[in-house]
Amino acid sequence: MTASVTFPFPEAAAASLAALPQACAHCGATFDPAPIAICEQCLGPLEPVYDNARIIPDRAIIGAREPSLWRYREWLPFTGQPTRSLDSGWTPLVEAPVLARALNIERAWIKNDAVSHPTLSFKDRVVASAINAAAAFGLETIGCASTGNLANAVAAHAARAGLTAWIFVPEDLEVGKIVGTLVYGPRLVRVKGTYDDVNRLCAQVADKFGWGIVNVNLRGYYGEGSKTMAFEIVEQLGWRSPTAVIAPMAGGSLVTKLRKGFREFAAAGLVTGPPPRLYGAQASGCAPIVRLLESGGETLVPEVPNTIARSIAIGNPADGPSAVRAIRETGGSARAVSDDAIVRGIRVLAETTGIFTETAGGATVAAALELAETGHFKPDDEVVLCITGNGLKTIEAIHASLPVAPVIAPRLREVTALVEH
Amino acid sequence: MPITITLPNVLAKLADGQRTITAYGTTLGGAVADASRRYPALKPRLTDDAGNPYPFVTYYLNDEDIRFSGGFAAAIRDGDEVTIVPAVAGG
Repeated sequence: MTASVTFPFPEAAAASLAALPQACAHCGATFDPAPIAICEQCLGPLEPVYDNARIIPDRAIIGAREPSLWRYREWLPFTGQPTRSLDSGWTPLVEAPVLARALNIERAWIKNDAVSHPTLSFKDRVVASAINAAAAFGLETIGCASTGNLANAVAAHAARAGLTAWIFVPEDLEVGKIVGTLVYGPRLVRVKGTYDDVNRLCAQVADKFGWGIVNVNLRGYYGEGSKTMAFEIVEQLGWRSPTAVIAPMAGGSLVTKLRKGFREFAAAGLVTGPPPRLYGAQASGCAPIVRLLESGGETLVPEVPNTIARSIAIGNPADGPSAVRAIRETGGSARAVSDDAIVRGIRVLAETTGIFTETAGGATVAAALELAETGHFKPDDEVVLCITGNGLKTIEAIHASLPVAPVIAPRLREVTALVEH
Repeated sequence: MPITITLPNVLAKLADGQRTITAYGTTLGGAVADASRRYPALKPRLTDDAGNPYPFVTYYLNDEDIRFSGGFAAAIRDGDEVTIVPAVAGG
Protein backbone atom coordinates (compact mmCIF):
# COMPACT_ATOMS: atom_id res chain seq x y z
CA MET A 1 0.00 0.00 0.00
CA THR A 2 1.35 3.41 -0.87
CA ALA A 3 0.33 7.00 -0.61
CA SER A 4 1.44 10.24 -2.13
CA VAL A 5 4.09 11.57 0.21
CA THR A 6 5.55 15.01 -0.28
CA PHE A 7 6.73 16.19 3.09
CA PRO A 8 6.48 13.27 5.41
CA PHE A 9 8.70 14.11 8.32
CA PRO A 10 8.10 17.67 9.48
CA GLU A 11 9.90 17.18 12.77
CA ALA A 12 13.05 16.14 10.90
CA ALA A 13 12.80 18.71 8.14
CA ALA A 14 15.52 20.93 9.51
CA ALA A 15 18.10 18.17 9.69
CA SER A 16 19.95 17.00 6.60
CA LEU A 17 20.33 13.31 5.93
CA ALA A 18 23.31 11.56 7.48
CA ALA A 19 24.19 7.89 7.77
CA LEU A 20 25.00 6.37 11.14
CA PRO A 21 28.48 5.17 12.11
CA GLN A 22 29.09 1.43 12.03
CA ALA A 23 30.68 -1.17 14.27
CA CYS A 24 32.07 -4.62 13.54
CA ALA A 25 29.70 -7.37 14.62
CA HIS A 26 32.74 -9.61 15.23
CA CYS A 27 35.39 -7.51 16.99
CA GLY A 28 33.48 -4.36 17.92
CA ALA A 29 35.76 -1.89 16.13
CA THR A 30 33.90 1.30 15.23
CA PHE A 31 33.96 3.25 11.99
CA ASP A 32 32.75 6.67 10.89
CA PRO A 33 29.86 6.67 8.42
CA ALA A 34 31.22 5.53 5.06
CA PRO A 35 30.37 3.24 2.15
CA ILE A 36 32.20 0.32 3.69
CA ALA A 37 30.80 -2.97 4.94
CA ILE A 38 33.91 -4.81 6.06
CA CYS A 39 35.88 -4.25 9.25
CA GLU A 40 39.40 -3.07 8.46
CA GLN A 41 40.65 -4.83 11.57
CA CYS A 42 39.20 -8.34 11.23
CA LEU A 43 37.14 -8.29 7.98
CA GLY A 44 33.95 -9.01 9.91
CA PRO A 45 30.61 -7.46 8.92
CA LEU A 46 29.78 -3.89 9.92
CA GLU A 47 26.42 -2.91 11.33
CA PRO A 48 25.01 0.57 11.99
CA VAL A 49 25.32 1.85 15.54
CA TYR A 50 22.18 3.51 16.90
CA ASP A 51 22.23 6.18 19.57
CA ASN A 52 20.68 4.54 22.62
CA ALA A 53 19.68 7.99 23.84
CA ARG A 54 17.65 8.81 20.74
CA ILE A 55 13.97 9.59 21.26
CA ILE A 56 11.83 6.55 20.50
CA PRO A 57 8.24 7.16 19.37
CA ASP A 58 5.34 5.37 21.01
CA ARG A 59 2.62 3.36 19.27
CA ALA A 60 0.36 6.37 18.77
CA ILE A 61 3.04 8.47 17.13
CA ILE A 62 4.07 5.66 14.82
CA GLY A 63 0.46 4.89 14.03
CA ALA A 64 -0.18 8.46 12.89
CA ARG A 65 2.75 8.49 10.49
CA GLU A 66 2.88 7.97 6.74
CA PRO A 67 2.10 4.46 5.46
CA SER A 68 5.65 3.55 4.50
CA LEU A 69 8.64 1.87 6.07
CA TRP A 70 9.89 5.30 7.14
CA ARG A 71 7.28 5.33 9.90
CA TYR A 72 9.96 3.30 11.74
CA ARG A 73 12.79 5.68 10.88
CA GLU A 74 14.25 5.69 14.40
CA TRP A 75 15.25 2.07 13.70
CA LEU A 76 16.72 2.82 10.27
CA PRO A 77 20.40 3.81 9.96
CA PHE A 78 20.10 7.56 9.46
CA THR A 79 19.62 10.83 11.17
CA GLY A 80 17.80 13.71 9.57
CA GLN A 81 15.52 13.70 6.56
CA PRO A 82 15.49 10.73 4.16
CA THR A 83 15.31 12.05 0.63
CA ARG A 84 14.62 9.05 -1.60
CA SER A 85 12.16 6.19 -1.96
CA LEU A 86 9.87 7.58 0.70
CA ASP A 87 6.88 5.42 -0.21
CA SER A 88 8.13 1.82 -0.03
CA GLY A 89 6.97 -0.59 2.63
CA TRP A 90 3.69 -0.93 4.57
CA THR A 91 2.49 -3.86 2.51
CA PRO A 92 -0.71 -5.73 3.43
CA LEU A 93 -0.90 -8.38 6.13
CA VAL A 94 -3.62 -10.70 4.86
CA GLU A 95 -5.35 -13.31 7.00
CA ALA A 96 -5.39 -16.76 5.40
CA PRO A 97 -7.98 -18.95 7.17
CA VAL A 98 -8.00 -21.74 4.60
CA LEU A 99 -4.23 -21.98 4.76
CA ALA A 100 -4.44 -21.97 8.56
CA ARG A 101 -6.68 -25.04 8.40
CA ALA A 102 -4.23 -26.75 6.04
CA LEU A 103 -1.45 -26.00 8.52
CA ASN A 104 -3.64 -27.15 11.43
CA ILE A 105 -3.01 -23.93 13.34
CA GLU A 106 -5.20 -21.28 14.93
CA ARG A 107 -4.52 -18.45 12.48
CA ALA A 108 -2.25 -17.69 9.53
CA TRP A 109 -1.39 -14.46 7.76
CA ILE A 110 0.46 -13.58 4.59
CA LYS A 111 2.86 -10.65 4.79
CA ASN A 112 2.36 -9.73 1.18
CA ASP A 113 5.48 -8.12 -0.23
CA ALA A 114 4.43 -9.49 -3.61
CA VAL A 115 2.71 -6.11 -3.95
CA SER A 116 5.60 -4.05 -2.59
CA HIS A 117 6.01 -0.63 -4.17
CA PRO A 118 7.47 -0.12 -6.68
CA THR A 119 8.98 -3.46 -7.82
CA LEU A 120 6.83 -6.15 -6.24
CA SER A 121 9.34 -7.70 -3.87
CA PHE A 122 10.73 -7.13 -0.37
CA LYS A 123 13.92 -5.85 -1.97
CA ASP A 124 12.23 -2.45 -2.18
CA ARG A 125 12.73 -2.26 1.58
CA VAL A 126 16.48 -2.79 1.56
CA VAL A 127 17.03 -0.62 -1.49
CA ALA A 128 15.01 2.22 0.05
CA SER A 129 17.50 2.14 2.91
CA ALA A 130 20.59 1.69 0.74
CA ILE A 131 19.72 4.45 -1.70
CA ASN A 132 19.46 6.91 1.16
CA ALA A 133 22.89 5.78 2.30
CA ALA A 134 24.09 6.51 -1.24
CA ALA A 135 22.53 9.98 -0.93
CA ALA A 136 24.23 10.56 2.39
CA PHE A 137 27.59 9.64 0.87
CA GLY A 138 27.06 11.58 -2.35
CA LEU A 139 27.36 8.49 -4.54
CA GLU A 140 26.18 8.98 -8.13
CA THR A 141 26.35 5.31 -9.14
CA ILE A 142 24.81 2.37 -7.35
CA GLY A 143 24.69 -1.30 -8.24
CA CYS A 144 24.16 -4.82 -7.01
CA ALA A 145 24.74 -8.51 -7.46
CA SER A 146 21.31 -10.01 -7.80
CA THR A 147 19.22 -13.09 -8.40
CA GLY A 148 16.55 -10.84 -9.93
CA ASN A 149 14.37 -9.09 -7.39
CA LEU A 150 17.18 -6.88 -6.17
CA ALA A 151 18.06 -6.07 -9.78
CA ASN A 152 14.51 -4.85 -10.35
CA ALA A 153 14.57 -2.77 -7.19
CA VAL A 154 17.98 -1.17 -7.68
CA ALA A 155 17.13 -0.30 -11.29
CA ALA A 156 13.79 1.27 -10.37
CA HIS A 157 14.92 3.18 -7.30
CA ALA A 158 18.03 4.43 -9.10
CA ALA A 159 16.01 5.58 -12.10
CA ARG A 160 13.68 7.52 -9.87
CA ALA A 161 16.59 9.14 -8.04
CA GLY A 162 18.42 9.97 -11.27
CA LEU A 163 21.37 7.75 -10.45
CA THR A 164 23.40 5.53 -12.73
CA ALA A 165 22.92 1.83 -11.95
CA TRP A 166 25.23 -1.07 -12.77
CA ILE A 167 23.48 -4.36 -12.16
CA PHE A 168 25.06 -7.79 -12.36
CA VAL A 169 22.98 -10.98 -12.58
CA PRO A 170 23.48 -14.63 -13.54
CA GLU A 171 22.98 -15.01 -17.28
CA ASP A 172 20.10 -17.48 -16.98
CA LEU A 173 17.61 -15.39 -15.00
CA GLU A 174 13.90 -15.54 -15.81
CA VAL A 175 12.86 -13.20 -18.62
CA GLY A 176 10.48 -11.36 -16.31
CA LYS A 177 13.35 -10.34 -14.10
CA ILE A 178 15.52 -9.30 -17.03
CA VAL A 179 12.75 -7.21 -18.60
CA GLY A 180 11.73 -5.92 -15.19
CA THR A 181 15.23 -4.56 -14.78
CA LEU A 182 16.05 -3.30 -18.27
CA VAL A 183 12.88 -1.25 -18.50
CA TYR A 184 14.28 1.24 -15.99
CA GLY A 185 17.34 1.94 -18.11
CA PRO A 186 20.26 0.63 -16.01
CA ARG A 187 23.50 -0.92 -17.22
CA LEU A 188 22.51 -4.58 -16.83
CA VAL A 189 25.28 -7.17 -17.16
CA ARG A 190 24.55 -10.88 -17.40
CA VAL A 191 27.41 -12.93 -15.99
CA LYS A 192 28.26 -16.49 -16.97
CA GLY A 193 27.95 -18.49 -13.78
CA THR A 194 25.91 -18.68 -10.62
CA TYR A 195 24.86 -15.89 -8.28
CA ASP A 196 27.91 -16.69 -6.19
CA ASP A 197 30.15 -15.96 -9.18
CA VAL A 198 28.29 -12.68 -9.68
CA ASN A 199 28.69 -11.84 -6.02
CA ARG A 200 32.46 -12.36 -6.11
CA LEU A 201 32.71 -10.16 -9.17
CA CYS A 202 30.72 -7.41 -7.48
CA ALA A 203 32.97 -7.47 -4.43
CA GLN A 204 35.83 -6.73 -6.81
CA VAL A 205 33.81 -4.13 -8.72
CA ALA A 206 33.04 -2.24 -5.51
CA ASP A 207 36.73 -2.27 -4.65
CA LYS A 208 37.83 -0.99 -8.05
CA PHE A 209 35.21 1.58 -9.01
CA GLY A 210 34.02 2.95 -5.69
CA TRP A 211 30.35 2.66 -6.61
CA GLY A 212 27.69 2.04 -4.02
CA ILE A 213 27.05 -1.65 -4.52
CA VAL A 214 24.07 -1.97 -2.25
CA ASN A 215 24.71 -5.52 -1.06
CA VAL A 216 28.48 -5.19 -0.94
CA ASN A 217 29.89 -1.91 0.37
CA LEU A 218 26.51 -0.43 1.41
CA ARG A 219 25.47 -3.73 2.93
CA GLY A 220 25.34 -2.58 6.55
CA TYR A 221 22.84 0.15 5.66
CA TYR A 222 20.98 -1.97 3.11
CA GLY A 223 20.22 -4.88 5.41
CA GLU A 224 18.50 -2.74 8.01
CA GLY A 225 15.58 -2.21 5.64
CA SER A 226 14.56 -5.84 6.14
CA LYS A 227 13.73 -5.17 9.78
CA THR A 228 10.72 -3.16 8.70
CA MET A 229 8.96 -6.36 7.71
CA ALA A 230 9.04 -7.41 11.38
CA PHE A 231 7.95 -3.96 12.53
CA GLU A 232 4.98 -3.97 10.17
CA ILE A 233 3.91 -7.46 11.23
CA VAL A 234 3.84 -6.35 14.86
CA GLU A 235 1.92 -3.15 14.19
CA GLN A 236 -0.52 -4.73 11.75
CA LEU A 237 -1.34 -7.46 14.26
CA GLY A 238 -2.32 -4.74 16.75
CA TRP A 239 1.07 -4.36 18.40
CA ARG A 240 1.70 -7.97 19.19
CA SER A 241 3.89 -10.72 17.80
CA PRO A 242 2.72 -13.88 16.09
CA THR A 243 3.94 -17.11 17.63
CA ALA A 244 5.91 -18.03 14.52
CA VAL A 245 7.18 -16.50 11.30
CA ILE A 246 8.45 -18.34 8.24
CA ALA A 247 10.49 -16.70 5.50
CA PRO A 248 12.51 -17.80 2.50
CA MET A 249 16.28 -17.91 2.87
CA ALA A 250 18.72 -16.92 0.14
CA GLY A 251 21.65 -15.06 1.68
CA GLY A 252 20.10 -15.54 5.11
CA SER A 253 19.77 -11.82 5.78
CA LEU A 254 15.97 -11.61 5.98
CA VAL A 255 15.62 -14.16 8.79
CA THR A 256 18.52 -12.54 10.61
CA LYS A 257 16.99 -9.09 10.33
CA LEU A 258 13.51 -10.31 11.27
CA ARG A 259 15.07 -11.53 14.49
CA LYS A 260 16.72 -8.16 15.03
CA GLY A 261 13.50 -6.28 14.26
CA PHE A 262 11.38 -8.25 16.71
CA ARG A 263 14.06 -7.79 19.38
CA GLU A 264 14.30 -4.06 18.80
CA PHE A 265 10.56 -3.54 19.14
CA ALA A 266 10.56 -5.62 22.32
CA ALA A 267 13.46 -3.58 23.69
CA ALA A 268 11.52 -0.40 22.92
CA GLY A 269 8.52 -1.69 24.84
CA LEU A 270 6.35 -1.60 21.72
CA VAL A 271 5.54 -5.30 21.96
CA THR A 272 5.48 -7.72 24.87
CA GLY A 273 5.46 -11.48 25.17
CA PRO A 274 7.81 -14.07 23.72
CA PRO A 275 9.42 -13.40 20.37
CA PRO A 276 8.14 -15.47 17.46
CA ARG A 277 9.84 -18.69 16.54
CA LEU A 278 11.61 -18.17 13.23
CA TYR A 279 11.46 -20.73 10.44
CA GLY A 280 13.36 -20.71 7.16
CA ALA A 281 12.61 -22.14 3.74
CA GLN A 282 15.03 -23.15 1.00
CA ALA A 283 14.91 -25.22 -2.15
CA SER A 284 16.40 -28.70 -1.89
CA GLY A 285 18.58 -27.82 -4.85
CA CYS A 286 20.24 -25.05 -2.86
CA ALA A 287 19.88 -25.47 0.87
CA PRO A 288 23.20 -24.73 2.58
CA ILE A 289 21.50 -22.93 5.47
CA VAL A 290 19.04 -25.74 6.15
CA ARG A 291 21.88 -28.26 6.03
CA LEU A 292 23.99 -26.18 8.40
CA LEU A 293 21.06 -26.07 10.82
CA GLU A 294 20.51 -29.81 10.54
CA SER A 295 24.21 -30.54 11.00
CA GLY A 296 24.27 -28.86 14.38
CA GLY A 297 27.55 -27.23 13.39
CA GLU A 298 28.77 -23.70 12.86
CA THR A 299 30.58 -23.87 9.52
CA LEU A 300 28.57 -23.49 6.36
CA VAL A 301 29.37 -25.74 3.43
CA PRO A 302 28.69 -23.95 0.14
CA GLU A 303 26.71 -25.58 -2.64
CA VAL A 304 26.32 -25.19 -6.38
CA PRO A 305 22.64 -24.26 -6.87
CA ASN A 306 20.32 -26.41 -8.96
CA THR A 307 16.71 -25.30 -8.53
CA ILE A 308 13.92 -23.45 -10.28
CA ALA A 309 13.85 -21.08 -7.31
CA ARG A 310 16.50 -18.80 -8.73
CA SER A 311 15.66 -15.90 -6.45
CA ILE A 312 16.89 -17.91 -3.46
CA ALA A 313 19.65 -19.82 -5.28
CA ILE A 314 22.62 -18.61 -3.27
CA GLY A 315 25.07 -21.42 -2.62
CA ASN A 316 27.41 -19.40 -0.43
CA PRO A 317 25.09 -17.31 1.74
CA ALA A 318 26.94 -14.63 3.67
CA ASP A 319 24.39 -14.53 6.47
CA GLY A 320 23.80 -18.27 6.59
CA PRO A 321 25.39 -18.79 10.00
CA SER A 322 23.57 -15.72 11.35
CA ALA A 323 20.25 -17.06 10.09
CA VAL A 324 20.93 -20.40 11.75
CA ARG A 325 21.67 -18.64 15.04
CA ALA A 326 18.40 -16.68 14.77
CA ILE A 327 16.46 -19.88 14.13
CA ARG A 328 18.14 -21.75 16.97
CA GLU A 329 17.76 -18.89 19.45
CA THR A 330 14.02 -18.61 18.82
CA GLY A 331 13.28 -22.33 18.85
CA GLY A 332 12.38 -22.47 15.18
CA SER A 333 13.50 -24.73 12.38
CA ALA A 334 13.99 -24.80 8.62
CA ARG A 335 13.00 -26.95 5.69
CA ALA A 336 14.31 -27.62 2.21
CA VAL A 337 11.61 -28.46 -0.33
CA SER A 338 11.70 -29.94 -3.81
CA ASP A 339 11.04 -27.97 -6.98
CA ASP A 340 7.76 -29.86 -7.42
CA ALA A 341 6.73 -28.86 -3.91
CA ILE A 342 7.62 -25.24 -4.70
CA VAL A 343 5.27 -25.27 -7.69
CA ARG A 344 2.55 -26.82 -5.54
CA GLY A 345 3.21 -24.17 -2.91
CA ILE A 346 2.69 -21.39 -5.45
CA ARG A 347 -0.64 -22.93 -6.44
CA VAL A 348 -1.77 -23.55 -2.86
CA LEU A 349 -1.13 -19.92 -1.95
CA ALA A 350 -2.93 -18.65 -5.04
CA GLU A 351 -5.90 -20.96 -4.60
CA THR A 352 -6.32 -20.29 -0.87
CA THR A 353 -5.45 -16.61 -0.57
CA GLY A 354 -5.64 -15.05 -4.03
CA ILE A 355 -1.96 -14.13 -3.86
CA PHE A 356 0.34 -15.07 -6.73
CA THR A 357 3.89 -15.48 -5.54
CA GLU A 358 7.14 -16.37 -7.23
CA THR A 359 9.25 -19.43 -6.53
CA ALA A 360 10.63 -18.15 -3.21
CA GLY A 361 7.09 -17.78 -1.94
CA GLY A 362 6.26 -21.24 -3.21
CA ALA A 363 9.17 -22.57 -1.19
CA THR A 364 7.91 -20.74 1.88
CA VAL A 365 4.40 -22.17 1.61
CA ALA A 366 5.70 -25.66 0.83
CA ALA A 367 8.09 -25.54 3.77
CA ALA A 368 5.30 -24.39 6.07
CA LEU A 369 3.13 -27.31 4.96
CA GLU A 370 5.97 -29.80 5.52
CA LEU A 371 6.82 -28.29 8.90
CA ALA A 372 3.17 -28.62 9.88
CA GLU A 373 3.10 -32.25 8.77
CA THR A 374 6.16 -32.99 10.87
CA GLY A 375 4.76 -31.45 14.03
CA HIS A 376 6.62 -28.16 14.19
CA PHE A 377 3.47 -26.09 14.64
CA LYS A 378 0.98 -26.27 17.50
CA PRO A 379 -2.80 -26.01 17.19
CA ASP A 380 -2.81 -22.62 18.93
CA ASP A 381 -0.04 -21.20 16.77
CA GLU A 382 -0.46 -17.93 14.90
CA VAL A 383 1.92 -17.98 11.97
CA VAL A 384 2.94 -15.28 9.51
CA LEU A 385 4.27 -16.42 6.14
CA CYS A 386 6.56 -13.83 4.54
CA ILE A 387 5.80 -13.78 0.83
CA THR A 388 8.66 -11.81 -0.63
CA GLY A 389 8.04 -11.67 -4.37
CA ASN A 390 5.46 -11.64 -7.15
CA GLY A 391 4.53 -14.64 -9.30
CA LEU A 392 4.36 -12.62 -12.49
CA LYS A 393 8.16 -12.52 -12.42
CA THR A 394 8.59 -16.30 -12.62
CA ILE A 395 5.76 -17.57 -14.79
CA GLU A 396 8.13 -20.10 -16.39
CA ALA A 397 8.15 -22.02 -13.12
CA ILE A 398 4.41 -22.48 -12.92
CA HIS A 399 3.08 -22.33 -16.47
CA ALA A 400 3.52 -25.98 -17.39
CA SER A 401 1.79 -27.19 -14.24
CA LEU A 402 -1.45 -25.34 -14.94
CA PRO A 403 -4.36 -26.70 -16.96
CA VAL A 404 -4.73 -25.64 -20.56
CA ALA A 405 -7.58 -23.20 -21.02
CA PRO A 406 -10.07 -24.31 -23.69
CA VAL A 407 -10.44 -22.20 -26.83
CA ILE A 408 -13.98 -21.91 -28.16
CA ALA A 409 -15.96 -20.06 -30.77
CA PRO A 410 -18.12 -17.21 -29.42
CA ARG A 411 -21.18 -19.44 -29.23
CA LEU A 412 -23.30 -20.13 -26.18
CA ARG A 413 -23.62 -23.83 -26.94
CA GLU A 414 -19.86 -24.25 -26.65
CA VAL A 415 -19.93 -22.71 -23.16
CA THR A 416 -22.87 -24.93 -22.35
CA ALA A 417 -20.85 -27.95 -23.41
CA LEU A 418 -18.03 -26.92 -21.13
CA VAL A 419 -20.39 -26.35 -18.21
CA GLU A 420 -22.13 -29.71 -18.70
CA HIS A 421 -18.85 -31.61 -18.88
CA MET B 1 56.18 -22.13 -9.06
CA PRO B 2 55.00 -18.52 -9.02
CA ILE B 3 51.35 -17.66 -8.85
CA THR B 4 49.63 -14.34 -8.46
CA ILE B 5 47.36 -13.50 -5.56
CA THR B 6 44.92 -10.63 -5.99
CA LEU B 7 43.94 -8.91 -2.76
CA PRO B 8 40.95 -6.74 -1.88
CA ASN B 9 41.76 -3.15 -0.93
CA VAL B 10 41.29 -3.89 2.75
CA LEU B 11 44.10 -6.48 2.59
CA ALA B 12 46.31 -4.62 0.12
CA LYS B 13 47.00 -2.16 2.93
CA LEU B 14 48.71 -5.01 4.75
CA ALA B 15 50.88 -5.85 1.72
CA ASP B 16 52.63 -2.53 1.22
CA GLY B 17 49.63 -1.29 -0.77
CA GLN B 18 49.97 -3.92 -3.48
CA ARG B 19 46.74 -5.28 -4.98
CA THR B 20 48.57 -8.18 -6.61
CA ILE B 21 51.40 -10.13 -5.05
CA THR B 22 53.47 -13.11 -6.16
CA ALA B 23 53.86 -16.28 -4.13
CA TYR B 24 55.49 -19.66 -4.59
CA GLY B 25 54.42 -23.18 -3.71
CA THR B 26 53.14 -26.48 -5.03
CA THR B 27 49.84 -26.27 -3.21
CA LEU B 28 47.59 -23.33 -2.53
CA GLY B 29 48.28 -23.65 1.18
CA GLY B 30 52.00 -23.56 0.47
CA ALA B 31 51.66 -20.42 -1.62
CA VAL B 32 49.57 -18.74 1.06
CA ALA B 33 52.23 -19.63 3.64
CA ASP B 34 54.86 -18.11 1.36
CA ALA B 35 52.80 -14.93 1.00
CA SER B 36 52.45 -14.81 4.77
CA ARG B 37 56.23 -14.95 5.14
CA ARG B 38 56.71 -12.17 2.62
CA TYR B 39 54.03 -9.96 4.17
CA PRO B 40 53.76 -10.87 7.87
CA ALA B 41 50.96 -8.33 8.46
CA LEU B 42 48.79 -10.30 6.04
CA LYS B 43 49.19 -13.63 7.81
CA PRO B 44 46.39 -13.31 10.40
CA ARG B 45 43.96 -12.31 7.64
CA LEU B 46 44.93 -15.14 5.31
CA THR B 47 44.79 -18.04 7.77
CA ASP B 48 43.35 -18.78 11.20
CA ASP B 49 45.37 -20.08 14.12
CA ALA B 50 45.08 -23.65 12.80
CA GLY B 51 46.38 -22.70 9.39
CA ASN B 52 43.01 -22.96 7.69
CA PRO B 53 41.55 -20.22 5.49
CA TYR B 54 40.64 -17.16 7.55
CA PRO B 55 36.86 -17.34 8.03
CA PHE B 56 36.04 -13.86 6.73
CA VAL B 57 37.68 -14.35 3.33
CA THR B 58 36.91 -16.60 0.42
CA TYR B 59 39.66 -17.93 -1.83
CA TYR B 60 39.16 -18.51 -5.54
CA LEU B 61 41.69 -20.49 -7.57
CA ASN B 62 41.31 -19.57 -11.23
CA ASP B 63 37.80 -18.27 -10.48
CA GLU B 64 36.67 -21.41 -8.61
CA ASP B 65 35.81 -21.33 -4.91
CA ILE B 66 38.52 -23.50 -3.33
CA ARG B 67 35.95 -25.16 -1.08
CA PHE B 68 34.85 -27.01 -4.21
CA SER B 69 38.37 -27.88 -5.34
CA GLY B 70 40.43 -29.20 -2.48
CA GLY B 71 40.93 -26.16 -0.32
CA PHE B 72 44.48 -25.33 0.68
CA ALA B 73 45.55 -28.82 -0.44
CA ALA B 74 44.75 -28.01 -4.06
CA ALA B 75 47.75 -28.33 -6.36
CA ILE B 76 48.78 -25.17 -8.14
CA ARG B 77 50.64 -24.58 -11.37
CA ASP B 78 52.84 -21.86 -12.68
CA GLY B 79 50.71 -18.89 -13.62
CA ASP B 80 47.65 -19.80 -11.61
CA GLU B 81 45.60 -16.87 -10.34
CA VAL B 82 44.25 -16.74 -6.80
CA THR B 83 41.68 -14.14 -5.84
CA ILE B 84 40.84 -13.35 -2.24
CA VAL B 85 37.50 -11.68 -1.58
CA PRO B 86 35.90 -10.65 1.71
CA ALA B 87 33.34 -13.29 2.59
CA VAL B 88 30.64 -10.96 3.82
CA ALA B 89 28.85 -9.74 0.72
CA GLY B 90 25.69 -10.32 -1.22
CA GLY B 91 22.24 -11.57 -0.41
